[in-house]
Amino acid sequence: MKKIFLLGLALSATAAVTSASAQSLTGAGASFPYPLYSKMFAEYKKDKGVSVNYQSVGSGSGQKQIIERTVDFAGSDNPMSDETMKTAPAKLLHIPTAIGAVVPSYNLPGVTAPLKFTGKVLADIYLGKIKLWNDKAIAALNPGVTIPPLPITVARRSDGSGTTFVFSDYLSKVSSEWKTKVGTGNSLDWPVGTGAKGNDGVAGVVKSTPGALGYVELVYAKQNKLPYGSVQNRAGTFILADNGPASKAAEGVVIPSDTRVSITNSPNADAYPIASFTYVIFYQDQKYGNRTEAQAMELKKMLSWMTTTGQQYNEPLDYAKLPSNAANKAKTIINSMTYGGKKL
Amino acid sequence: MSDPARRLPTRASMSSASDGVFRTIILALASVIVLVFVVSLYLLGKDSWPALQRFGTDFFTTRTWNPVTGTFGAAAMITGTLVTSFVALIISVPLAIASALFVAEYAPKWLANPVGYLIELLAAIPSVVYGLWALFVIAPVLARWQITFFSPEYPERLALYTKCAGIWANDQTTLQCFFVPSSGAGRGLALAIIILTVMILPYTASVARDVIRLVPADQREAMYALGATKWEVISRAILPYARAGIMGGVILALGRALGETLAVAMVIGDSQDILKSLWGNASTMASVIANQFGDAQELLHRSSVVTLGFILFFVSVAVNLLARVLIGRLTPKGVK
Amino acid sequence: MMGVATSARPKARTGLSTARKAQNMVMGGLILLATLLVVAPLILIFVYLIREGIGAVNLDFFTKVPAPEGETGGGLLNAITGSLIMLAMASVFGVLIGLAGGIFLAEYPRHPLMPGIRLVSDVLAGIPAIVMGLVAYGLIVLNFGFSGFAGALALGFLMIPIVVRTTEEVLKLVPQTVREAGLSLGLPQWLVTLKIVLPAAAGGIITGVMLALARVAGEAAPLIFTAFGNPNINFDPSKPMSALPLEIYRGATSAYDENQRMAKAGALLLIVLIFVTSLLARRFSRKV
Repeated sequence: MKKIFLLGLALSATAAVTSASAQSLTGAGASFPYPLYSKMFAEYKKDKGVSVNYQSVGSGSGQKQIIERTVDFAGSDNPMSDETMKTAPAKLLHIPTAIGAVVPSYNLPGVTAPLKFTGKVLADIYLGKIKLWNDKAIAALNPGVTIPPLPITVARRSDGSGTTFVFSDYLSKVSSEWKTKVGTGNSLDWPVGTGAKGNDGVAGVVKSTPGALGYVELVYAKQNKLPYGSVQNRAGTFILADNGPASKAAEGVVIPSDTRVSITNSPNADAYPIASFTYVIFYQDQKYGNRTEAQAMELKKMLSWMTTTGQQYNEPLDYAKLPSNAANKAKTIINSMTYGGKKL
Repeated sequence: MSDPARRLPTRASMSSASDGVFRTIILALASVIVLVFVVSLYLLGKDSWPALQRFGTDFFTTRTWNPVTGTFGAAAMITGTLVTSFVALIISVPLAIASALFVAEYAPKWLANPVGYLIELLAAIPSVVYGLWALFVIAPVLARWQITFFSPEYPERLALYTKCAGIWANDQTTLQCFFVPSSGAGRGLALAIIILTVMILPYTASVARDVIRLVPADQREAMYALGATKWEVISRAILPYARAGIMGGVILALGRALGETLAVAMVIGDSQDILKSLWGNASTMASVIANQFGDAQELLHRSSVVTLGFILFFVSVAVNLLARVLIGRLTPKGVK
Repeated sequence: MMGVATSARPKARTGLSTARKAQNMVMGGLILLATLLVVAPLILIFVYLIREGIGAVNLDFFTKVPAPEGETGGGLLNAITGSLIMLAMASVFGVLIGLAGGIFLAEYPRHPLMPGIRLVSDVLAGIPAIVMGLVAYGLIVLNFGFSGFAGALALGFLMIPIVVRTTEEVLKLVPQTVREAGLSLGLPQWLVTLKIVLPAAAGGIITGVMLALARVAGEAAPLIFTAFGNPNINFDPSKPMSALPLEIYRGATSAYDENQRMAKAGALLLIVLIFVTSLLARRFSRKV
């Protein structure tokens, strides 16, 4: 009986949306750009009628899934290492789609002005050495701010994450203790912390827990109205994350032709120190499994749209646009896609 | 179907031939059940092999779970699974038996049926919904109490926390410190235990109710005839008689608890640290599979996660067999 | 194994001592209290979901897909259709195999393979759902990608043992005389099974199938690595699909108010559907 009811519902729904299922693409990976991608792909569907299913499962998962060829493209904030790329069955390409900032966001009732952090203090908190908000090290950076004596509930990722990679990459650059004890990676052997899934999950812990501190992409802090602190950059200035300081991080950085580059702890005096490109990863040769040329073409079109027309959605969502040199390199890379050796 | 009719055979041979065909079809389809089991065993075994080969028995005894260096030991998750499951079991069993007694012995029929049904519905609530409720409703309540340990308004609690923080820093704990909250998040081991307790209640309760109802009436009547009170009848005639059957239900519930995934993954905080506080973060085998299988890209990491699944597979098979033996032995023949 | 313990004989013959009466009262009270404690979460959860979720259950909820992150006003049509399609596919697989298994166990009790198949089926019932998700990943996803089909297969695996058990039990309730009557009319055994025994047990079998559906409809764990989720409506089972439990999982762990609202509304819809199915299943079994 339920089945009949269900079937009827399914049928009526089918009738309403039959035209939409014509073309679809599947992607998975980073949660860092998910608010941007979910907006881009909603617009893309309205505009071109192509459904793009992007699952925000974490960069680590995205990298794994593209290697196992279970998705059309992966999202990742950290480019794949050479070693990881070797495990893939064919040549993978990276293109950047946006620049984002990882911010230390917190839940401290009564604290209104943005707190100041240094890389060392962040490393010590995530190493478990600083346990309380009224620790001397934090107070010294924030004279005049009354910080409640709450315990720091350290929020971090439980899944393999590009945001974690970017954050730990930065901490490794500024704290030798972090570098030797924990290191850089998508997944880490965390000394402390409550694990949560995705940027969204970490933001959720911060939002619901007085005393929590978590690293999330800027948009997650902004959209969920979580306060976030400024971070001291390499030049010694405390920078509050925003589009401008994030894109400054890429200025003066030589972008290699495969676009795989780290822009944390940028030497630029106005740059925000925990910034990163976020990438889409896909196969250069699109003929594998049972993929058709039409599907490969859809992917190519979608990728070029993301790096051109789609860029208009970056800034309203607090991501920096691709700098023109990066956008040009992305274009060249997209144009090198093939299908069975034939140029697409 | 029309095949035998066309050949116009004798009745006897017709029925035996078509019976044979039917039996073969049914047997073939039923064998898919065995096939599912064998394929599961094969797939899990194959994917677990690299980790088991690399780490051997160390996999079960070491606590390091480090994707950066590629060293994996599951002792933390195994401990987490056992601690959450057994503590939840210890809390839930008396409650479950009490509710079974209420339904079977105390409540009038008009009340027993709905209450019994409500308890069964408890088993029907999906794991994610339990997780959602735990996160949105219970965690804030726990957090509000935990926060008092960090507030100057309660100096003695703050002093206790400060003392314990020093002990924890050396990866040690004391009995007293084990019950002191280590953070104000609400989430963690304790919340996982609470939600598991609620989730496994109906399994013990419904088996217990069934076996209590199977206790022959003359057991009760003999006691009443001797002038016993209701509680004396329950504690000296009914419970001893139903003991082993209830144990079967308890073990079924244990099986549930060991494999419970999402509700636990949502609240436990995913940490492979040594357990220093009841309120701290921990992880279970199932929660680690849910959190890490999707992104375990290196062969060893992935293989280690699958090995957790393989362990769970074996444990649940063993637990189920045990429960079967207990329930089977204690259910009077012919009643089932 | 244990008769009335002889040591339990009450000492007082003339009347109950006050202590024994008090103990009886106290234990009765504790049992009542414990029962209240057991039932309380069910009521609390239900009331919470109604209070928090009902507001989001509107036309949009049934006709739209989730809004982009940070925006409001979406729905869960993608998850509702995904759940329905995967459950329908899972029941085709789960009911076919489960029914055959139940018939085999009940109608061929002397077959040498019977005890083995029964044992495996019982054991399969206890294997955690997430482990069956891993199996479906290895079987389907690695070869054909994330898909509604992979999710349905994982759910089907979970349905099989439930359907086997209920089918076997209800078939055994069909009196032997019914079978004998059929056989004495000269019908072959398979026709007796199909035309007489199965229809007689239909109510019970439907109950079993509905209970199995209610049980797997709420499973998210085996779908994470198989059905994968999809923000769009998808009717193609070879592509990823969403499901209500998946959206609840996503929303419940999300920071976004909108996602949390959707999760609560989805949870409300899910448990109402599950409760109604269980209730109907009870009705069915009572009628039989």
